[in-house]
This record gives sequence, C-alpha cells and structure tokens, in this order.
Amino acid sequence: MSGAKVPADISGHMLDLDEEEDLEVFSKNTSLAEGNPMPNSPDSMVNQFRLDEENEEEQQGAINKDIFVTVDNPESHISAIETFITYRVVTRTTRSEFDSSKYEVRRRYQDFLWLKSRLEENYPTLIVHPLPEKFVMKSMVERFNDDFIETRRKALHRFLNRITEHPILSCSHHFKVFLTEEELAPLRKLGPGFLSRMSETMRAMANSVRGLRSKLEEFAIMQEYVDDFSNNMCSVDKVTHRITKEHREYMDELKQYGPTYFHWAESEELLAEPLKGVGSCVEKCSKETEEQIQYLSEVLVPTLHEYVLCADTLKAVMRRRDNIQAEFEAKNEALASKTTDKEMVSISLSDSPLLMRFFYVWQLQEEVDDLADRVEQANNALRGDWSRWRTSMRADLKSAFISTAAKNVDYYEKVSLTYCPSSLYDVCLQTSTTLASWFRSGSLIATRLLP
Amino acid sequence: MVERGTALLKKMEISVAEADKRTGKNTVNMQETYTVYLIETRPAESVSEGGTPVAPDTLWRRYSEFELLRTYLLVTYPYIIVPPLPEKRAEFVWHKLSADNLDPDFVERRRVGLENFLLRLASHPVLSNDSIFFLFLTEVLFLVFQKADSRLKSLSAMFRVKNPDKRFTALKHYSEDLSTVISQLLRIRARVADRLYGVYKVHGNYGRVFSEWSAIEKEMGDGLQSAGHHMDTYAASIDDILEEEEHYADQLKEYLFYTEAVRSVCRKHELIQYELEMAAQDLSYKKQQKEELETGTVRIFSLKGMTSKLFGQETQEQRESKVAALEQSIQEGEEALKEKNAESQEFVEKAWNDIERFKEQKEKDLREALISYAIMQISMCKKGIQVWSNAKECFNKM
Repeated sequence: MSGAKVPADISGHMLDLDEEEDLEVFSKNTSLAEGNPMPNSPDSMVNQFRLDEENEEEQQGAINKDIFVTVDNPESHISAIETFITYRVVTRTTRSEFDSSKYEVRRRYQDFLWLKSRLEENYPTLIVHPLPEKFVMKSMVERFNDDFIETRRKALHRFLNRITEHPILSCSHHFKVFLTEEELAPLRKLGPGFLSRMSETMRAMANSVRGLRSKLEEFAIMQEYVDDFSNNMCSVDKVTHRITKEHREYMDELKQYGPTYFHWAESEELLAEPLKGVGSCVEKCSKETEEQIQYLSEVLVPTLHEYVLCADTLKAVMRRRDNIQAEFEAKNEALASKTTDKEMVSISLSDSPLLMRFFYVWQLQEEVDDLADRVEQANNALRGDWSRWRTSMRADLKSAFISTAAKNVDYYEKVSLTYCPSSLYDVCLQTSTTLASWFRSGSLIATRLLP
Repeated sequence: MVERGTALLKKMEISVAEADKRTGKNTVNMQETYTVYLIETRPAESVSEGGTPVAPDTLWRRYSEFELLRTYLLVTYPYIIVPPLPEKRAEFVWHKLSADNLDPDFVERRRVGLENFLLRLASHPVLSNDSIFFLFLTEVLFLVFQKADSRLKSLSAMFRVKNPDKRFTALKHYSEDLSTVISQLLRIRARVADRLYGVYKVHGNYGRVFSEWSAIEKEMGDGLQSAGHHMDTYAASIDDILEEEEHYADQLKEYLFYTEAVRSVCRKHELIQYELEMAAQDLSYKKQQKEELETGTVRIFSLKGMTSKLFGQETQEQRESKVAALEQSIQEGEEALKEKNAESQEFVEKAWNDIERFKEQKEKDLREALISYAIMQISMCKKGIQVWSNAKECFNKM
C-alpha cells in the first residue's frame, strides 16, 4: 500500500513576494525548529513533557497532559487515479475514552481538512489552530518537493498538538475518530458536513443582508482587534519575507567577494597572508549568513505565517458567532411579529385555527429559546477561548522574536570573533589607532596581518 | 601613512582644508560650475609658545590644475612612479552614492584624496624637491602647459623591444595583475555594500509595523514599540558604516591608480631600451656597410649592391669618400650609443630605486588598509550585537 520514498528535489528557496497571492513558505532543510529536537514519537514527547514540567508557562492549562500525538514519516502513495502523501499519526494516551493506550494510523491532508471542518461545525466559536494551506497551483514548486512536505508535516504536527492542548477540542469525538480509525475515507464521505456547510453559508448570506440588530460591545471590540491584528500580521509577515530575501542576496554577493582576496593573494608575497586572512573572514561571514537565513526560515517565518492564517480563522469564528446571533434575532423577530397581546388573550378552545396558531407560536417560542441558549453558549465559548488564544499567541510570537534576536546577536558575535577575539577588542575600545597598534603587537588575525 | 622624512615636510605643513563652488566661463565660453579646493601651507611647528597658531598661506585650486601638475611631474621624472590623483569621476559606486561630481560626499572624499596626493609628493625623496611643485603650493599664478612632450605621445605608440630588462617585464605583468584584481575586488565590494544596505534598511520597516501593532496590544504593546525603535536605530546605522568603508575603498583605489603610474615607468623603460636597441642596430648596420665598401664584398642585399652590379662599380674616389662619411657617421653613432647606454643605465638605476621605495610603501599601506577594514567589520558587529541585545530585551517584555 505504501509507495516509494519521496524523490529528493532540493529546489527550495524563497519565492518573490507577490502582494496578491498566497505565500508559500519553504524551509531549507529538515533541521530543528525553535531549538528543540523534533520529537520522534509520542513516547519521547512524554519524556520531554516531564522535563518541561518546571516550565509553567508552556503548560497553558493542560496541567496533566495525558495525550501525545506526533506526525511524521511522510510517504507517497501512488495509485492509478491519483498520487498523494500520507503521514503517520501516532497517539499515546491514558485517557479512558480510548480503548488502547497507543494508536498508529496513516492520514492524508484531506483527512486533516475533514477533522478541521468537523471541529468547526461542532464548536463554531472555538478557535482552531490553522492548517497549512492547500497546495497553490500557481507557485513554481512541486507538490512533492521535500521542503514543502517537511514544512507541511511540521505544521500538521503543530495543528494536532494544539488540539491536544485544548481542554474542549481534545475531547471531541471526531478527534478521537481521527486518531484511532484505520480508514477514514469512508467516514469522510458520510456525514452532514457538506450539507450543513451549505446551509450555514446560505444562512450566513441571508443574515448578512439583514445585519445584526445589536452587537455586544465586547464583540465589536474583538472584531476590530481581529481586523487590525490581521493587517498587522500580514505586514510583519511581508517585512520578514523581504528581510530574508535581502539576506539571501547579500550572502550571494559575499560568496563572490571572499575569493577576490584569495585571488589577489596569489600575486603578492608579503601581503599574501593578510589578504588570505581577510578572505577567510569574509567566507566565514558568508557561512554565518547562510545559517542565519536558515534559522529565520525555520523559526520566525513559519510562526508568522501561522498567525496570518490564525487571523483568518478568527475572522471566520467572529462570522460564525455573528451568524448564530443573527439566526436568533431573525427567529425572535418572527416570533414578535406573530403574537400580539390581544390575540393571546382571546383564545378559545373552540376556535381551531387560532389554536393552531397558538401551538405554532408556542413552537416558535421554543425555537427562539433554543437559539438564545445557543447564542449564550457560543459567546461564552468564544470568551473562554479568546483569552486562551491571546495567551498562546503572545507566547508564540514573543518566543519567536526573542530567539530571532538571539540568533542575530549570535551571528554578529561569531563574525566579530573571526576577525578578532572580542575580549581584546573591548580592551582597546578607545580609538581605532590603538586597536591597530594592538593588532601590530599580536593576535589571531594580527598574526596573519603582521609581516 | 606619511613620514615626515623629507626636507619639505620638515619645513612646512600642507593640507587641503576646504572645498568650495565657483562659477565661471570655460574654454568654449559656456557658464559652468566647478569645485575649488583650498591649499593651506604653514611653517612646521608654527604654534607659538603661548599664542594662537600662525595663519596659514592659502590659495584655491581646481582639479584640472592638479592634473597639470601631475602631467608636468610625469614628464620631468619619467623614472619615478608619480602618485596618482583621486578619481576624476566616481567609479565603483553602489546605488546610494551619486556619481555626480558636485555631490558633497564625493567632493569631501576628493578633498581628502587631493590632500593625500600632495602629502605623497611632499614625502617623496625626489619629487618633494621639485620647484614647480613648490610653486604649486605657494604661488597663485601657475604656468599652463599647452604642449605635451613628444615623448609622452610616443608612449602610446606600439613598438617591440628585443631585450627588455626582465625585472621591468615582471613588474609590468604584476601591475597588470594587480590592476585587474583590485578592480574586481572594488566592483564586488560595491555590490556587497549595496546588498548590506538593503538588509539594514528593510529592518526599518519593522519599526513602523511594530509601532502600528503595538497600538492594538495591551500587554505586548510596550515591548513591541521599544523593539521597533531599536529596529529604526539598526536601519540608520548602516549609513555611517558604509561611509567608513568608502575610505577603505579609496585606499584600494589609490593603488589601483598607482598601477598605471608603474606601467608608465615600465613603458618609458621600454622606450629607452628600444631607442638604445635602435641606436645599436643602426651602428652595427653602418659598420657592416663600411666593411663591405672596404672589402668590396656585398654580404647584405642592398639596392646599391644591385645597381653597382648592373651599372658597374663606383670609382675609387667615390668609394673612399663614402667610407670617410661612414666613419664619421659611425663615430657619431658610437657617441650616441654611449649616451643612450648611459641614459638607459641611469634610468634603470633611478627607476629601480623608486620602485623599491614604492614596494615598501605599498606593503605598508595596504596592510594598514586591511587592518582598518578588519577593525571596521568588528565595529559593525559590535553595533549589531548592541542593537539586537537591546531588541531581545524588549521582546522579553512582550
């Protein structure tokens, strides 16, 4: 059933920024995100969890984590009709709802999509972490490019892990099915999913025409924040892409710059050593820049990208909440228009049309009450999840920026060290001529620069 | 970079203190704007015991006058590697620098270059004693050279030398290599500078974007805002960094232009050598002719030989007068050859003296330049560490 290993295609590099189109992000190779080794299995995740127990901040309410999920081992699956990639999803859990403590299944991207839409349907105002985007045909890189697959795999891993950390979503029936069922395809095709999506869309359209009667202040503020946040995230994302691009171009030039010093050294005698010295420093600088770019691509860029997608998720959540409220208001209006005090008073059992009307109205009242409950639930769910989301957003972005800044400091320290041991530079901080004379008296590079 | 070794420098301090704009009519009677530079000279150790320093003598000169001085020196001291002038037009620019000769940054760098040129002359053991150079520094009126030396013209002519001094050939090749390699380095350095500029400036966008974002965040706002300020600082820092690097580029450019002066000395040697070879060849030909006439044998094909075969030989008288004339000519030729030999030897000796001096100067200067480049890089890294450490602190407060 499982097919050949994915063919190696090392063409990953930054695409040019196109304002309109979706941005696809590719990392250079399969190494580490956020400085921590990628867990190989739920077992190692359990171990890591125990090590992390000191770190309260990372727990985010999941004080006793009892379910661990990993996504790995992408394999291509070739059939007559289509070719696709499946990923291995391994679950380790002690939860009683699960029959076993360990599960291993293979899932494809469509299965993840199914899970997401089920969750959104069942918990319309909860904030589900975004999935990596669908493959965009117009981008130049193949669907089966190694970098693309690896980036996607990491994002899918994060997606499932966010769900396990969520107190409500992790208990979802569909989530359990996703993790445990051998074959998901038959289940995918069944279910109200499609139809309910359709009707939801239709209701949404109808409601948007009517508009909301009154929005609670807090949700209006939330909406405004979501819109602003979305714009800001897109801007930060764009700037970061530009920076990565500029770094890359700088590095390309450095790669040509270093050799010119070596070339010159060939025709010199006494100057050969200092020239080679400078040349090798430039080469080191170029290598460090390469590492810096890699780091950016693996840590900051994907994180920002996910929060750009999050912003869209938030907008959808706000829309769904609004729809729920709109539905309630619509029914409520209908109810109000159907009843008048006068009519209610003059009911007589003998008057059957009126009786029918009464039952109809009573039924309507029931529905309105249900919808009112639904609105209440939706709002509460959103409120709860909102603060959860804010906290994790803050933690994620803060951590990504901190480690980027740290990496940049590290970069400059390494380059500076190539040219001169830093402690000695600090000693000669007064003037450059002092440093020059110190150079003449001896140091790492000075030994190459001196006659 | 410049030792106070020469008599001139012991006597006076020289500087090019300022630059200024002038307008005037040029040779085709059109109005033009040009830059003039202020040459200041004051006696060395002129600061009196308790009072103010002595006011310097000053005069204004424009770039073309410096060019005239240099041409004069080239002609008068063909065996000397004459220091080059700073570039006429901005070359190896990266995008920020304008190639406009009136751009203040360019003018400033040219001012420094001209001062350097004068100091190089003043510290040269031979050139510093030149009287015209002294006049250039002190007298407002300056002779205009209209005629170029014919020798200068012949430098561009092609000629083949049979036995050039091997050291000069080697030197010529070295200076060609050096010229190529420095040009390449300068070109790529300019591109690197351009890219680095891009990297730094783009970070400035973070400043703007973080600021906007901080407006909507309660807890993260302060951290973001202050991080943004550091990003602005980072973006702004590149201007100074690259300006400093321009000085490094200028130092390399000076030696790029020096290679031309070196090549010109080599060509002059070739010219002298060529003239010497021509003189020797001429002499040997005449000697052979005389021998032929005396012995009556025709060893070399000549029209005279043919005509005499066809139309009969000359008379004894004719032959004797020819021989006498040839002897005279040979004597003159031998004198000329001796002179040329002496000239050539003198040239080689003087030239090689200066070449050795130049080599030492070059090694020293370029090593200094490389050291200062390394220091610049370290300084840039230190600034980077500072900014990103600060930014990291701010992110920590997010």
